[in-house]
Amino acid sequence: MSIPTTHQDPVLLEMRSITKEFPGVKALSNVNLRVKVGEIHAICGENGAGKSTLMKVLSGVYPYGSYEGEIVYQSEVQQFKDIRASEHAGIVIIHQELALIPELSITENIFLGNEPVRRGVIDWAEARKRSIELLARVGLREDPDTPIKEIGVGKQQLVEIAKALNKSVKLLILDEPTAALNESDSQHLLDLILGLKGRGITSIMISHKLNEIEQIADEITIIRDGKSIETLNVKEDGVDEDRIIKGMVGRTLESRFPDHTPKIGEVFFEVKDWTVGHPQIQDRLVCKGSNFHVRRGEIVGFAGLMGAGRTELARSVFGHSYGRFISGQVYKDGKPITMRNVRQAIDAGLGYVTEDRKSLGLNLLDDIKTTTVAANLKKISRGIVVDTNKEFTVAEQYRKSLRTKTPSVEEGVSKLSGGNQQKVVLAKWMFTDPDLLILDEPTRGIDVGAKYEIYGIIQQLANQGKGVIVISSELPELLGLSDRIYTIFEGSITGVLNKDEASQESLMKLMTSNRKAA
Amino acid sequence: MNALKKLFGGNTRQFGMIFALVALVIFFQIFTSGRTLTPGNVINLFNGNSYILILAIGMVLVIIAGHIDLSVGSVAAFVGISVALAIRDWHLPWYAAVLFGLLLGVLIGAWQGFWTAYVGIPAFIVTLAGMLLFRGFNQFVGKSNTVPVPEDFQYLGSGYLPEIGPKTGYNNLTLLLGLLAVAYVIFSELRGRRTAQALGADVPEAWVMVTKLVLINAAILYATYLFATGRPGTSFPIPGLILAVLVLIYGFISAKTVIGRHIYAVGGNRHAAELSGVQSKKVNFMVMMNMSVLAGLAGMIFVGRSTASGPFDGVGWELDAIAAVFIGGAAVTGGVGTVIGSIVGGLVMAVLNNGLQLLGVGADLTQIIKGLVLLAAVAFDVYNKTQGKKSIIGMMMKNFGRTSEAAPDETTSTKEVISKEA
Repeated sequence: MSIPTTHQDPVLLEMRSITKEFPGVKALSNVNLRVKVGEIHAICGENGAGKSTLMKVLSGVYPYGSYEGEIVYQSEVQQFKDIRASEHAGIVIIHQELALIPELSITENIFLGNEPVRRGVIDWAEARKRSIELLARVGLREDPDTPIKEIGVGKQQLVEIAKALNKSVKLLILDEPTAALNESDSQHLLDLILGLKGRGITSIMISHKLNEIEQIADEITIIRDGKSIETLNVKEDGVDEDRIIKGMVGRTLESRFPDHTPKIGEVFFEVKDWTVGHPQIQDRLVCKGSNFHVRRGEIVGFAGLMGAGRTELARSVFGHSYGRFISGQVYKDGKPITMRNVRQAIDAGLGYVTEDRKSLGLNLLDDIKTTTVAANLKKISRGIVVDTNKEFTVAEQYRKSLRTKTPSVEEGVSKLSGGNQQKVVLAKWMFTDPDLLILDEPTRGIDVGAKYEIYGIIQQLANQGKGVIVISSELPELLGLSDRIYTIFEGSITGVLNKDEASQESLMKLMTSNRKAA
Repeated sequence: MNALKKLFGGNTRQFGMIFALVALVIFFQIFTSGRTLTPGNVINLFNGNSYILILAIGMVLVIIAGHIDLSVGSVAAFVGISVALAIRDWHLPWYAAVLFGLLLGVLIGAWQGFWTAYVGIPAFIVTLAGMLLFRGFNQFVGKSNTVPVPEDFQYLGSGYLPEIGPKTGYNNLTLLLGLLAVAYVIFSELRGRRTAQALGADVPEAWVMVTKLVLINAAILYATYLFATGRPGTSFPIPGLILAVLVLIYGFISAKTVIGRHIYAVGGNRHAAELSGVQSKKVNFMVMMNMSVLAGLAGMIFVGRSTASGPFDGVGWELDAIAAVFIGGAAVTGGVGTVIGSIVGGLVMAVLNNGLQLLGVGADLTQIIKGLVLLAAVAFDVYNKTQGKKSIIGMMMKNFGRTSEAAPDETTSTKEVISKEA
């Protein structure tokens, strides 16, 4: 349906008193959202606050009739019955998990489901021509015939936007667009969104990165516990990060990090000359002669850009679970140890919390209690028989001490929010009682309130005399949490800075240079 | 309705299938004018399907781990002919022959497990090759002949519990087994309830438990009665006994042991399992090996029942076993399924087969109906999942007039169902 544009209201979209119930939960109650034409409107809220649900209502994933309230878009009440209907009206949503097909080329992906057809046959020449135009608009210099799997996540994100532009988008919804991107890719994407704004495309952006929101948003609507709390105008209200956080958690957080006085002991874990090859590519090294050590009670940060080899280093140390081991030696308490598989690594007192919770960290079919004990079944078993009573007790204990929000430990982990899932994963590793816990992006996709709690848990672990390694793409997080930070660039450790000498600038310099400073 | 919901609030799929099974039995009992639930027919049903059910036990573990095994029919046939030949040519006594058969199963399983787990070839391919390979071996070593087995070996496939003790008019051992089963059911329910209470978990009200126990025990006692009053010389069949023991052992292994947990973990998310210290290769190897051992056992029971091993034994068994597992609620993607569910799924197919036969329905129509049942069972499951895992009772209530899930007065009842499921 086409809508006359002459008599246009400055409000593009208004969602009025949206209420959406799932069996047993009210995900949204009376949520209001007003988005003006041509603005960038951010939606902030903790995980599970209802942001994604609201966007699914808007885009027709939850069809008209399954919610209460009205959607007024371009001055008309809309009744989207599915995604196609909302896309037809110019509303395009880009999900956090990208919906691209790795094996197909950029062009094929852009035109998937929307192929230009001449006499019943796909006109690839036309498609290719148009995709070159679209790629230029999003500032992506790639051959349109390149398969998606060969370009990085940042570029894939741009392809998604090109795909949206091809559908003549009027309202672009971005769900955590920069969650998986490094700093420069993020910046490029934010600039692009600003550029689209200049061309009259309205955007709704969901993000946990408050600095980005502050940087590009015109208005911010805050959602808490399924209710819309307030809408802030960034310029008029003088909004800063603390103001947003206050709205999201309903109180002011004095500090984003809990107070912590480190009690650092002697060096107990050391890795020397660690070299690892790429699992598939013969001559490529992912870790080159790395040396590092961890002291008892110390929180050590690993800083590096995406693809620098942080995860590869951690996983290869953790029982050779990544890549081809070439050389290197691990010392624990001064004695050399070898860990050829994950089992041996766990037995040697290591734990590793993966960066990708859903595909590597959790069995989403499991419930909380089976997940909690999954890495240390031995401890609750007699012989080969699992004691399910002990399992329940242990899970219950961690649910209480980590304050996991769930009706019961028999709930499936797939039903939990990101922050609570992460708590369950942490519980799993705490139950193995490791001496050294490696946390890979421990707060990715987690809201501010839960982050604070997770920082607290990390510090507690350090206080118990354990060593903790934190890998993170967010420098403020590393600076706030770590006692010492290693920087990694292209598989090599390029430097190490103590808490007091580290700053975003000094870290960034070491993260982007291949000159060895250590 | 509320009472039913409380009674069967637990595991949706399993109860759905048990419902279907009971309904099916009652249906056939009525339409065959009582010829379904006669001692002779029930004994027959067990004898004729025990080997498929044994395969289903192994198959469900394979499927939970995320694989499939197409070779079981051929493996069963190869083990069967080898054992028959060993008895005939090497004069092995029956027990040595059984051991020999199981050992052969171990070797075959190790072969398939090696390719699947350590080389990383999909089990579909490995076992498709195995299907050809072991069928060929069967006909090669047996020269495509039928090889008879002696009477003591036949006992394995067609024997019954002996008559001992005083003359009661019933088979005493069968009665004893039935009573033991009743005692076990009551004991384990009470113990489970007590520990749940001690841990502070929710327990259903007393009347719910009592009704449940009465229903289950009534079913057990009725089955006992049927088995104990058969034609003289028959009673609870030996294959049934072997099956019961295997169900208990494998049910326990899959639900309560470390290796059981690991199988579910590998099937649910292999990478996550590996990063939690599960040695997924070992798990895959064991699961594939176990399947071949059980296939060997099933083959031997079949040979015992049919008194000889032939070149076309076990053709199509893999499909029956796989169907049983999927009807019993397992997921094609792995990580989901139960031993008991698969047995119920297998029994649904068996009862269907048997009932249609009694009704005089031809083999053509029987196959059509079985195909539709398989499709319907899995479709029901898929539908359930997309509907946010409503319970079967929720489904039934929906059919009783009320429609949309969003209706406000419905919310509370749906909530209860969900919380029961959790």
